[in-house]
Amino acid sequence: MSEQETFKALVKQIYRIFLRIFVLLVILGSGLTYYLVNPDLFDASSKAEVVMVPIELDEDRIENGIHVRTGLINAEGLMTVVNNCTNCHSSKLVTQNRMTAERWNETIKWMQETQNLWDLGGNQELIVNYLVTNYPVQKKGRRMALTNIDWYDLE
Amino acid sequence: MKRRNFVKKAALSSFATIIGVEIVFGSNLLEGYTPLALQDPDPFKMFKKNTEMVVLNDKPWNIEAQAHLLDDRITPNSSMFIRNNGLVPEDIDPNTWTLTIDGESVKNQKTYTLSELKSKFKQHTYQLTIECGGNGRSEFDPPAKGNQWTVGAVHCATWTGVRLRDVLEDAGIKSNAVYIGFHAVDKHLSLDPKKEPISRGCPMAKALQDETILAFQMNGEDIPLVHGYPLRLVAGGWPASVSGKWVNRISIRNKIHDGTKMTGTAYRVPCEPVAPGEKVKDEDMCIIESMPVKSLITYPKTGAVLKKGKSLNIRGHAWAGELEVAQMEYSIDFGSSWKTCAVEKPANRLAWQHFSASVNFPKSGYYEVWARATASNGRTQPMLLPGWNPKGYLNNACHRIAVKVK
Repeated sequence: MSEQETFKALVKQIYRIFLRIFVLLVILGSGLTYYLVNPDLFDASSKAEVVMVPIELDEDRIENGIHVRTGLINAEGLMTVVNNCTNCHSSKLVTQNRMTAERWNETIKWMQETQNLWDLGGNQELIVNYLVTNYPVQKKGRRMALTNIDWYDLE
Repeated sequence: MKRRNFVKKAALSSFATIIGVEIVFGSNLLEGYTPLALQDPDPFKMFKKNTEMVVLNDKPWNIEAQAHLLDDRITPNSSMFIRNNGLVPEDIDPNTWTLTIDGESVKNQKTYTLSELKSKFKQHTYQLTIECGGNGRSEFDPPAKGNQWTVGAVHCATWTGVRLRDVLEDAGIKSNAVYIGFHAVDKHLSLDPKKEPISRGCPMAKALQDETILAFQMNGEDIPLVHGYPLRLVAGGWPASVSGKWVNRISIRNKIHDGTKMTGTAYRVPCEPVAPGEKVKDEDMCIIESMPVKSLITYPKTGAVLKKGKSLNIRGHAWAGELEVAQMEYSIDFGSSWKTCAVEKPANRLAWQHFSASVNFPKSGYYEVWARATASNGRTQPMLLPGWNPKGYLNNACHRIAVKVK
């Protein structure tokens, strides 16, 4: 074998080795890329993953005049009430209480003194107006008549 | 961004939308962990309550029963009202739980583990009536501030534990002791760690009663978490707020306990009667002690339509705070006439008593059956609202159900 032929054979051998490495790299690389894109494919133990993604399109949507998330009546001052009065306690504590402006102001003062409520500034009047307008005090007297009776036959 | 993380972040931001706050460090949450606020939005499932219970408030949780749900002689968990001032604690480990007795008037400050409490002291079981001080608040006019309870903030379960007296005496009570005050692990709504949602107590005389216990069981099982697991102070006959949940410290005080909801207007009524709506100064308000005499018709449910000529068997319970119910009556003519009916002796002191009667109606029409209990001191339930008070406590007006005879 001439020196030239030996050299050619060597180059061919090196070329084949490089080709093999390249092909291997391409296979490995595409496999790895696929894994990165879809990691569960090679994981025999992974089960179909059900991910609940609650979709709230509009967290402040109004239905039938009611702010759905809090149950508060949609009227002037609603969002100010939502943003200032439903952080610490539920809106249910607001809607089940019926007070005059004077007593709401006292209650706000009490919450500021003892419950870490912030200074409401100019919003206080808006909030109190919203409350006394939409949740007015009802007269109950000394004893109310029984109402909303669900009649049923007693055997 | 990896797909998985993206989904998690998207989900968390939706959670944030629902619960209205950012979840701090949300992206560090463990896989498979759902924030507690969302774990089970169904309170009936979460607290194992009858679905006819009424949710008054969901932050903090306040849920009441209806009269007909309280028909059992011993109230099961499913019908027990929930009154919380703060947030229900999480991650309670009974193995590391301790109770400390301290205060100005303790001889030796002492700390007990749960197993020490259970093994060191004799255990007792009592059936105890616990009624929220504000039960019936919804009827006051002008309205009183707070959760608008109707009739269902009362229960009478059995509680097993050790006598508070035995534990206090083991630590030693100085002669200048006046009051005990409890401390617990629930969190304030504002999440301010320096604030206690509630820290009430009672005078030494009540603390040392046989029936005042540190309970670790309710109706023969571990106390449900929302009712005070693993340790609850139970003081029957007094406002339920004295029966502190999740108790980990009891202070023997040399003065009236001044914890949260002991001062100001909380669990206090005017020392002298006032006109409805009248302003009362804090210093003119007195701490509520024993609850007043009261009763509840638990069968039938209001709204029964009865065939003419048939008699109606009614039943229910009556209780009188520290006292016993001596007499039980009912009226079907709005109090023009009262008929006495049978009332049983209590299972033990401070347990409610069961009454029953067979009621006959003279002709067809609309009726109301009113029940009225009289305590051993002669005090009876009013048909109208009792004295108005700024916070709407102690409404013990007669309970009534509507009945139609056809």
